[in-house]
Amino acid sequence: MAASTTTGDFKVIGTRPIRPDGVDKVTGRAKFGADYAFPGMLHGKVLRSPHAHAIIKSIKIDKALKLPGVKAIVTSKDLPDAENMLEQSGELTVNPMHLSMNILAHDKVLYDGHAIAAVAATSPHIAEEALRLIEVEYEVLPPVMTVEAATKPGAPILLKDLRNNEEGDKPTNVAQHYQFKRGDVAAGFKAADYVVEREFNTAMVHQGYIEPHNAVGIYNSDGQATIYCSTQGAFDVRSLSAHVLGMPVGKIKVVPAEIGGGFGGKTTIYLEPLSVLLSKKTGAPVKLVMSRAEVLRASGPTPGAKIKVKMGATRDGKLVAAEIWMAYQAGAFPGSPVAAGALCIIAPYTVENFQIDAYDVVVNRPKTASYRAPGTTQAAFASETVIDELAEKCGIDPIDFRIKNAVKEGAPQIMGPPFKRIGFIQTCEAIKNSAHYKSKLTGKFRGRGVASGFWFNAGMQSSAMVNIHTDGTASVVTGSPDIGGSRASMAMIAAEVLGLPVTDVRPITADTDSIGHTDVTAGSRVTFATGMAVYEAAKDAVRQLIERAAKVWEKKPDEVEFRDGILHAKGDGVPPISIKQLAPRFPRTGGPITGRASVNARGVGPGFATTVVDVEVDPDTGKVQILRCTIAQDAGKAIHPSYVEGQMQGGTAQGIGWALNEEYFYDDKGTLRNTGFLDYRIPTCLDLPMIETIIVEEPNPGHPLGVRGVGEVSIVPPVAAVANAIYRAVGVRMTQTPMSPPKLLKAILKHRGATTTQHSAAAD
Amino acid sequence: MHAINYDAPTTLDQAVSILKTHGENARPFCGGTDIIIQLRAGVRRTEHLVDVKKIKELQVLSFDAKKGLRLGAAVPCIEISESDVMRRHYPGLTEAAHLIGSLQIQNRASVGGNLCNGSPAADTTPALIVLGARARIVGPNGEREVPVEAFVVSPGRTVLKPGELLVELLVPAPAPHSSDAYLRFIPRNEMDIAVVGVGAAVTLDGDKVKAARIALAAVGPTPILASKAADAIIGMKLDDAALEAAGRAASAACSPIDDMRGTAEFRLHITAVLTRRVLSIAAERAKKN
Repeated sequence: MAASTTTGDFKVIGTRPIRPDGVDKVTGRAKFGADYAFPGMLHGKVLRSPHAHAIIKSIKIDKALKLPGVKAIVTSKDLPDAENMLEQSGELTVNPMHLSMNILAHDKVLYDGHAIAAVAATSPHIAEEALRLIEVEYEVLPPVMTVEAATKPGAPILLKDLRNNEEGDKPTNVAQHYQFKRGDVAAGFKAADYVVEREFNTAMVHQGYIEPHNAVGIYNSDGQATIYCSTQGAFDVRSLSAHVLGMPVGKIKVVPAEIGGGFGGKTTIYLEPLSVLLSKKTGAPVKLVMSRAEVLRASGPTPGAKIKVKMGATRDGKLVAAEIWMAYQAGAFPGSPVAAGALCIIAPYTVENFQIDAYDVVVNRPKTASYRAPGTTQAAFASETVIDELAEKCGIDPIDFRIKNAVKEGAPQIMGPPFKRIGFIQTCEAIKNSAHYKSKLTGKFRGRGVASGFWFNAGMQSSAMVNIHTDGTASVVTGSPDIGGSRASMAMIAAEVLGLPVTDVRPITADTDSIGHTDVTAGSRVTFATGMAVYEAAKDAVRQLIERAAKVWEKKPDEVEFRDGILHAKGDGVPPISIKQLAPRFPRTGGPITGRASVNARGVGPGFATTVVDVEVDPDTGKVQILRCTIAQDAGKAIHPSYVEGQMQGGTAQGIGWALNEEYFYDDKGTLRNTGFLDYRIPTCLDLPMIETIIVEEPNPGHPLGVRGVGEVSIVPPVAAVANAIYRAVGVRMTQTPMSPPKLLKAILKHRGATTTQHSAAAD
Repeated sequence: MHAINYDAPTTLDQAVSILKTHGENARPFCGGTDIIIQLRAGVRRTEHLVDVKKIKELQVLSFDAKKGLRLGAAVPCIEISESDVMRRHYPGLTEAAHLIGSLQIQNRASVGGNLCNGSPAADTTPALIVLGARARIVGPNGEREVPVEAFVVSPGRTVLKPGELLVELLVPAPAPHSSDAYLRFIPRNEMDIAVVGVGAAVTLDGDKVKAARIALAAVGPTPILASKAADAIIGMKLDDAALEAAGRAASAACSPIDDMRGTAEFRLHITAVLTRRVLSIAAERAKKN
């Protein structure tokens, strides 16, 4: 099989086989984190802060320890000191000290729901009763909930040791200021015929994965620990837990369970070290499972943001300048994705003059974690709304306006290096030519909006093994937890290379002792990077198969050819043999065949998407119905088109939820009020139409199969697309999320008032 | 959630006796769609749950053209929403029962439980109020009847005293040329809780309103019977001006709060909008009766 081609005619890739994990999932046999149970297992519960910001004066656990059935209680005193430094872990930059402070509050609680102590008991009920008996004395401090509150002079300081890159030794809530610029912004605006400047505010939102966080920890008396948990990155759980527990990485094994959704939220740790600590104290396996309220209060949502965008265009629709200020709520500890947001906010367009200032700000909210194209949906809401407005001022169709300014191969990225082959314009054209965009939208209070999005995608490290079984079938072993159907893709890539039917290839996700290091399932990297490792490992297996056949035939390896699963001897009339026929000869030709590959994948191909959405607004209530939605996304090469479409639809659905109703609702004391899915409103199936998908395949030259990551960029355009559609429906520009009925109605009434006043003024 | 004792009496006497014995520490429960969640969240605490689903008086659903409706307190919502008789005679109450939760929830949840939970946002309570429903209660000191509009006294609290139990709801037979309707506003299209709910029952005399009742949910500490809103249309033709007047009067009857489900300002506006809409629907239906 030829490498580096995507036009080759594939037998498996591009087809839509049934997912290998499907049967277990639909029959309920799949084992998720909370399904694990062991003899003598104890149940853990976590005591959490009722205050958003307070000093912990004392914690008394005596009464709780005396409750029959309670076996152990841990507080931050049981954690070793962790280093105040920055370390790269997968796609995250991690400060072990902050991580430790998030696992169990040290001297301060920094958000409603911040963990303070954990109890292990013989039943979950007893553990919960014990929580009520732990006495914590607090000195309550004023909560700092917004970027404005955190940055105003005299604001209460969350972290006394926090310093940034600009203010010397001054205590601050601003963790970092990033700046990216090019050209001459003032000159750019001078050349502009139209300038639009707006300020946007987005609410903190959660990924909304259905499966809560969970962990079972088993600490053995020989100092070895095992953690079973639902995670996007077993190797990250291992290294992060090692930091918090002060254990060597090699003493911890992490077994990734089936995962009920992650979307970036399961790339860090919460319960894992607690399960090990409690197991160490009790000598028994300890299981912890969060409630939904705990997930919302204390796992990692994505930041609320304040973004100011000023952009200018010439009369003929060329973008000439952008000035952007953005500040993201990092949560209680530094590390919001504001830099990613800054690098993506105008990434789809060639803008010769820009300056982007981005601030990472700590507030009394849970420490944010990744969420699908982290930091970019907020950013695109702002920039894509302004672009829509500029297109309108120029009198150009919003898709044409985007095409006119679109980056293409060779254009410099925000950081400077040029784009390689990309498919942004193709996604715009796909939408422009779609039945949806060509259809006429009629009816009152209806509007159509479009928006586009960019996401880098990630490469990073992956390992893979391809084992050829004694019957000539194969298994594919990777270290990538499957959050989006990736096992199907891994099996398909191996099947393609080996010339086997996909049903002859079993894919599994291995634990941290059973496969080489593999970075987290994030950054849309699995099908790209782990797929690259699988491709190489399968190639390695093929190379070995050729050697064995050569041995059997007493020929040189270069006299053997492998085509479509069959080994052929060049030249004379030796009958070709299949892998199945060769397999029984493995023992006498050198033993089992295992293809191996480990990669640090370069050649990442960025992802682009363009989305069109039709809405209908009830002008008397502010309620928005999504009538129709179509997304076009560049997949490079869709290995399993159904799962690519699933990613496109899933990200779109989440983006629409973000646009319309989702928000963290804190009261004035900094207490989260909507701690369940009743009042944290993700869309239900009655809130969404069938989301139509158009897969664009502009091959990524950096991948042997042309693959680009596809898991994230779909969430970037919808918020802006909905806002732009609402504008066309009722004439108001929404600059905050969620565009929920109370907020939209208020804007509509204000607009109506303004229009009425204008009319009466004109009449006067 | 902490460990809880559970009883499932099969007679009213047994139920009252168990409830009396445990007093404040016991709560009747039916579908559990509210109380289980409240116990889990720690917003209510009880030591004893008394399951009332096995008591036959609480499972009665019968309609008589003269006497009206007897609706047992434990009848699941799904029996109402799937009943042709209910849909014909009490379409508003039927649509309110059909709005609660999902189909799965409607198999568990009851109109009686919805009332006893005491939420100001209960969908079926305004629908009952506009029909003039009465709650029949039994307890250690015998029986009493309370009009539904007086049943809820504050958020989560009702007139039920320790040991007392709601047995059934008694709804008068609909008058000729009358009908009812219920609308609620939710941000999503299902699986939600009313931000505002408005029920209306209208009796027509020709094209004029002869009698009307309007009740509101989620716009005050309890469900509200908005008598002045009804007064605004009695004797009137239901034209735009009358609907506007009723809407304004309904808003004036509210005392909403700002919360995560909506601002007070929003609720006042929506109350007027829904009042106009629900009156139009009820009147359309009444014309056909």
